[in-house]
Amino acid sequence: MRDARQAPARLLVADDNKVNRLLLTRSLELQGHAVATAANGRAALEMLRAGPFDLMLLDIEMPELDGFQVLEQLAADVQLRDLPVIVTSSLEGVESVVRCIELGAEDYLAKPVNPVLLKARIDASLEKKRLRDQQKELVRRFATSEVAQDLQQSGFALGGRKVHASVMFSDIRGFTTLVESRPPEEVIELLNTYYTLMFDAISGQGGVVNQMVGDGLMAIFGAPLPLADPAGSAVAAAKEMMDLVGLFNREQAAGGKPEIRIGIGIATGDVVAGYTGTQQRATYTCVGDTVNLAARLEARTKDAGRSILIDGATRSALGAGVAVESLGPAAVKGKTVPVDVFAVEVK
Amino acid sequence: MSAVIDEGTYKALEEAAGAEFVAQLARTFLEEAPRMIEQMNAALAAGDAETFRRAAHSLKSNSATFGALGLAKSSRELELSAAERVAHADRAAVERLARDYADVAHDLQERARA
Repeated sequence: MRDARQAPARLLVADDNKVNRLLLTRSLELQGHAVATAANGRAALEMLRAGPFDLMLLDIEMPELDGFQVLEQLAADVQLRDLPVIVTSSLEGVESVVRCIELGAEDYLAKPVNPVLLKARIDASLEKKRLRDQQKELVRRFATSEVAQDLQQSGFALGGRKVHASVMFSDIRGFTTLVESRPPEEVIELLNTYYTLMFDAISGQGGVVNQMVGDGLMAIFGAPLPLADPAGSAVAAAKEMMDLVGLFNREQAAGGKPEIRIGIGIATGDVVAGYTGTQQRATYTCVGDTVNLAARLEARTKDAGRSILIDGATRSALGAGVAVESLGPAAVKGKTVPVDVFAVEVK
Repeated sequence: MSAVIDEGTYKALEEAAGAEFVAQLARTFLEEAPRMIEQMNAALAAGDAETFRRAAHSLKSNSATFGALGLAKSSRELELSAAERVAHADRAAVERLARDYADVAHDLQERARA
């Protein structure tokens, strides 16, 4: 099975303390990453500007430039502001932690650093970076001219536009139980593989994953890149996701590990799409009735005993080649009239 | 085996990073830590609370790594009270810390040799 983490990441460890530097380097190398080190904040910035890095572990108490100052400089640097930074420190007081996060640090780990937590946070950060890079690449390749122009001018197209799109929500059923019953490394491993597979299925059909929260994700089809058939692409991606989960489960079962079930909801219509967030952390997202409906459909999959539920607009846009079953009208929270719900048949 | 190093922390460190690496790391600590204590003494003489605090902070961080919990605790106490210690030129506090460190150093030397 494909694994996004096989490519070793290039990491920078910035710490003025030799023992900490050696130990962090060792932990990261054991995880298969390539590691460079800097003994103060100024050296760290110089190294970041000289070569590409995927992530930095940053100490706060350092001579020359301390960690706070490094975070400030990173935020002001267009090239470096998206670099994930995990602060590792034994600073006293919660204000320092809050200050790091406010300055744009992705995460904070107290020293001495627990190796299992370190691995989990690094894997999660690298995965998020991959997602951001993928989004940026998609926008570069497919953005409409007005968005592309905005991007050049401001770095981000803040503000939105109305587009016709299909919105997908997906999550793992019973994930909380799974988390409670399995070792943390295994849960993270499972999530990472799961996300990699779902990303492949979605981007393969021209969709963009724009949110990952815990075990859930949201994807948009038709924005920022226009698609000829957003509904068809979303349903095709959903079916591929089910196939991949099937394959994944076969591997899990063979390894004596738990299988997962997912639910997917898709709705089609007008959405307001655009960048939200700050200049440091922005994400392409969309809001509106269609988004709410997709989320509600996903939530219904469990009670309906179906894997993929779609709305009437998605159904109407599909060709005859897709087998669907009408489940009739259903009352949906946030809607005054019942909506027609359809289940997509899955092999 | 000893009271100054927490066995569980040290074992966990060895399991995560490898026993041979940890022995090397301990030798590095034994080179670095006396410098930190010297820095604290120099900072006391110079009335430099910030340097005093930083050196105590480093010592705290490294002691905790090896499971030298008592030393981590006394370093932390000096880190948090740096301004006061420096204002009163509290040499006795640093001497107590140096004695705590000597016990830890002895134990770590044994382990690093084994």
